[in-house]
Amino acid sequence: MAQLAANPEAVQDRTMILNMGPQHPSTHGVLRLILEVDGESVLRMMPDIGYLHTGIEKTYEAKFYQQGIPLADRMDYLAPFHNEMGFVLAVERLLGIEAPPRAQWMRVLLNELQRISSHLVWLGTHALDIGAMSVFLYCFREREEILRLFEALAGQRMFTDYFRVGGLALEPPQGWLARVKKFASTFPSRVDEYEDLLTGNPIFQERTKGVARISAEDALALGLSGPSLRASGIDWDLRRDAPYSSYQKFRFRVPVSTSGDVWARYIVRVQEFRESNAMVQQALDGMPEGPITADAPKIVLPDRDKMKTQMEALIYHFKIVTEGFAVPAGEVYQAVESPRGELGFYIVSDGTAKPYRVHVRAPSLANLQGLPKMCEGRLIADVVAAIGSIDIVLGEIDR
Amino acid sequence: MPPAAPITGIEQLREREPLNALLASREGAIEGARFDRDELTLEIRREAIAEVCEFLRHHEQFGFLADVTCTDWYPEEPRFHVVYSLLSHARKLRVRLKVKVAGADARVPALTPMWPAADYFEREVFDLFGVRFEGHPYLRRIQMPDDWQGHPLRKDYPVEGYR
Repeated sequence: MAQLAANPEAVQDRTMILNMGPQHPSTHGVLRLILEVDGESVLRMMPDIGYLHTGIEKTYEAKFYQQGIPLADRMDYLAPFHNEMGFVLAVERLLGIEAPPRAQWMRVLLNELQRISSHLVWLGTHALDIGAMSVFLYCFREREEILRLFEALAGQRMFTDYFRVGGLALEPPQGWLARVKKFASTFPSRVDEYEDLLTGNPIFQERTKGVARISAEDALALGLSGPSLRASGIDWDLRRDAPYSSYQKFRFRVPVSTSGDVWARYIVRVQEFRESNAMVQQALDGMPEGPITADAPKIVLPDRDKMKTQMEALIYHFKIVTEGFAVPAGEVYQAVESPRGELGFYIVSDGTAKPYRVHVRAPSLANLQGLPKMCEGRLIADVVAAIGSIDIVLGEIDR
Repeated sequence: MPPAAPITGIEQLREREPLNALLASREGAIEGARFDRDELTLEIRREAIAEVCEFLRHHEQFGFLADVTCTDWYPEEPRFHVVYSLLSHARKLRVRLKVKVAGADARVPALTPMWPAADYFEREVFDLFGVRFEGHPYLRRIQMPDDWQGHPLRKDYPVEGYR
C-alpha cells in the first residue's frame, strides 16, 4: 500500500501518520487519505485510490460498441448521462454520423437535468459533512423527483442506458415533457430554499470562506477542471467553448468565481443549478420535432414494427445484435462537460466491431490531485470541507 | 457519410497550428503528423517529449494537460504508443502528442517534475501498461494492489487475469 516517505523537514517525534478512510463517510466513496499531522494541522497528505478499480477500460475491449453504453453508466454513477454522452459522441465521430436535432436536444435536456441531480447530491453531502443536516433532506427530495423522471423515461433511476449511437433508445413517454416542465418551473424556488439555509448562514461561511484555497496557476498546473477550476477564476466551459450536441444554440452564462476556496466552489455550483434549470426550460421550449435516430440502418436498430414486417430490417437487426457494427479505423478524443469537469473519451478503433482501446479521462482523478495542495497547512476539519468541495466520485477515479 | 480522408505527413500539414510553431523552433523533435476527424496528432521523438510539452505550455498557451494514456499494439513494434492530450484555453485548440516506444525498452521521460497534472496519469499508465516514466518522483502502482503481477491493460494480459 502507499506510504508517505520520510520527511526530513518535519519534526519527526512530533508528527504522526493518520489514516483517513477508506471507510470514512466524508470521503464520498472509498478514498483513503494518508495524513501526516502535527496535532490538528495537516503537514502532508497523500490520497490512495484504487479500491473500486474494476478494469472497465479492459472490459471495453471485449464488448461491441453498443454494449459500451451501459458500461459507461457505471463509471460516474452520479452522472450516467454525461458518460453516455461522451461515449456515444466519440463513437459517432469515429463513424462520421450525427444524431438528428430532436435527439441532440433531448440529450442536452437530460444532461442538464443530470447536472442538477448530481449537484444536489454534492450539495446535500457537502453540507452534511460541514454539519448542516437539514439541507441534505431538501436536496434529496428534489433529486428523488429527477430520478423518478429518469425512471419514467428509461425504466431505470440511475443506470439509464438511454442514449444510442446515432440517437436515443425511445421516444419519451406521453406527458413526460410536461412533467419535466412542471419540475423546472418549481426548481428555482427550491434553490432559493437551499440558499436560505446556507448562503447567509454565518456558521457555513466560517467553515468555507478562505478554506482550502487554490490559485488559478496551481489549479491549471494540476489539471483541475469544471466548477473546481472555474472557482479559481478560469473561465472555461466546454459547453460554451467547444460546443457539442447543439449546445451552441442555448443561451447560458458560465458562473466564475475568483477566490478559489470552498466558498467559491459552492457559489459556482449553486449558480450552475439556475443555469442548468434555464437550459432545461430552453430545451423544452425549443424541442424540435422529427426522428430520434439517425438514418443509418447498419448502425441503429430498426423500428420494432419494421422489423416484424420487412425482411431488410430483420436482417439488419440480426446483424447488429449478433455481430455489432464495424467502425472505421482511427482515434478520437471527445470531451464533454460533466458536473465534475472535463470528461474525455479517447477511443481507438482498428476497424472491427469492438473498440481497440477505450480510455476515460476522469475529471475526478485530476481534481483529486489538487486536494493535497488545498489541505496542506490546514486543519483536519478543513480536509472534510475540501473533499466535499471538489465533488469527486470514486467510481470514476478508479474505473 | 464517411469521415473525410485523413491527411498524413509533416509537409502536408506544415501550416496547421501549433505544428507551424513547433517546426520553427523544434523541428528535429517531430517525426510525423496526422490530421484525422478534426484532430491533429503529432508524433514526437521520445527524448524530446518533455521539451516539446514545455514549449507548448509556456510559449504556445497550451496550459492544460488534459490526459496522458497509452495504447498497446502488441505484437507490432514499437509496441506502446504513449498519448498526451494538450488543450489551449486561450486558443480553443487541442493537440495530441504521441511517443512510440518498444516493448523491450518501455521508458519515457516523465512530465510530472515540470507539470504536476501528469502525476496520476503517468502512474496509471505505469501501473496498467508497465511503461516507466523516468524522473517521476513517485512511480508506484495507483489502481492495482502493490503486489500485483503484470500489467492488466497490455494486450497479452488475459481479460480474466492469470489466476
